[in-house]
Amino acid sequence: MSDLFSLVAICAGVFFFFAGTVGLLRFPDSLTRLHALSKADNLGLGLVVLGLIPRADTPLAALKLVVVWALALVSGASTAQLIGRALRRGRK
Amino acid sequence: MSVLAALDLGLALLVVGVAAWTVSARNLFAAVVGYVAYGLLLALVWVRLYAPDVALTEAAVGGGVTGVLLVTAGKRLDALASAEIGAPPGRGLKIFAGALAALVAGALAWVVLTLPSTPPSLAPAAAEAASGPGAGLGNPITAVLISYRSFDTMLEKVVLILAVLGVWSVGADAAWGRAPAPLRKPEPDGAMILLAQVLAPVGLLIGLHIFWVGADAPGGAFQGGALLAAMGMVAMMARLMAPPRIDSRKLRLALVAGPAVFLVVGVAGLMLAGHLFAYPQNFAKPLILFIEAFMVVSIAVALPMLVSGPPDGGAK
Amino acid sequence: MTPSVLAGLVGAALVGLGLYGLISNPHPLRKLLAFNLVGSGVFLVFGIVARRGAAAGFAFDPVPQAMVITGIVVAFAASALAVALILRLAAASGKVTLDPRAWTKPGEGGQ
Repeated sequence: MSDLFSLVAICAGVFFFFAGTVGLLRFPDSLTRLHALSKADNLGLGLVVLGLIPRADTPLAALKLVVVWALALVSGASTAQLIGRALRRGRK
Repeated sequence: MSVLAALDLGLALLVVGVAAWTVSARNLFAAVVGYVAYGLLLALVWVRLYAPDVALTEAAVGGGVTGVLLVTAGKRLDALASAEIGAPPGRGLKIFAGALAALVAGALAWVVLTLPSTPPSLAPAAAEAASGPGAGLGNPITAVLISYRSFDTMLEKVVLILAVLGVWSVGADAAWGRAPAPLRKPEPDGAMILLAQVLAPVGLLIGLHIFWVGADAPGGAFQGGALLAAMGMVAMMARLMAPPRIDSRKLRLALVAGPAVFLVVGVAGLMLAGHLFAYPQNFAKPLILFIEAFMVVSIAVALPMLVSGPPDGGAK
Repeated sequence: MTPSVLAGLVGAALVGLGLYGLISNPHPLRKLLAFNLVGSGVFLVFGIVARRGAAAGFAFDPVPQAMVITGIVVAFAASALAVALILRLAAASGKVTLDPRAWTKPGEGGQ
């Protein structure tokens, strides 16, 4: 049961990573690429982490997985902001 | 071909591809970004080689901190010079370089393919060290670093200090004793400040955790110290923290703390346990953690000072 | 082909790529980057020896791994020193190049 859950969650995560990568490669300009990347990364990594939690040996290991996701969210969102603002400054 | 072998092959191609892109990228910034990605991919290769400690160091120092160093250097270079870059080499030199590179890579590959199947190994000696003077350490890498090859590790810390001195001495004479230039010239973005405020405390905790578990699990003074250094640099980029003046006594004490404590304990080992860098039997683990704690401080201070560069005249 | 042999071949390729970039890129910082590629390639070749030290009951040989860790930190320290020298050179000469001819243009008297 938990194996099935892991499989479904990780596959869904991989799908989001794949979609994000396709967006990164195919979208026309930096802002849209940023959009594709940040959505895919946050959701994709979140789902992979969710799928891995039942497989963690200890509650501490599960907590570490969640912390990894949270840190990726914080830094990903901030970097996207920074890149976006730098782009807007460059356009003016 | 099994799934893992396919993954390995894909990873190998990706690493070589990103490296090639780094060499051939059009501008410096793109090359540096490529290099950071390359450092992270290389860390994955190290994980596959059962070397999580090396992977942590490569990701933190090889990819992250070196990336910050080169991005900062590129910006300072742009602000400095009229950017007259030397002419690209002629076709003849390029062909020569390509042939030489192919020759060296081919020879190395041949060596890799024909390595003896049972190589000479220091692993038994290191295992002995890990169960002897470095007793109680579950992580053989830490045992090697602090006990079996302790002299190397101590001197490597001295090299870090020498590098800091070298960087400082490159600055203008008039600037001696002042602080290095800040890592970012313009006013920082709100997002950068928020990132530093959220990330730095968490990173500090994780850095200390990685140092603490280093005795028994992957991690240690290098990895933890590099993480603390990175958090310091994030805080500097958000202008929450200014680089300290280089004549500050606290800064200098923090820089030499690691090797100094290491050396003192090593010499004490000469008297207490018989030879240099020997630790008294039942007391080894606390002593090693004591040394490592000061090494974390030195690394966490030395890396941001190396990235910050020489003291700034401020007269421009 | 085992993972360690594959990684060794990657290391060899990295040394080759880095060497080519070191010679053929005129920009000093690009040369530094290429030099770091050579360095990490050497670490990788050295590190696969670690993978072969399974004789003593380890999954790996901790001695080369520990030396690679110190090596990565020393490589970074050397890079930082090189960056400081490159920036100073550019500030002193106004040129971003290591080409000695840029310093001794005819008529300037080699100053």
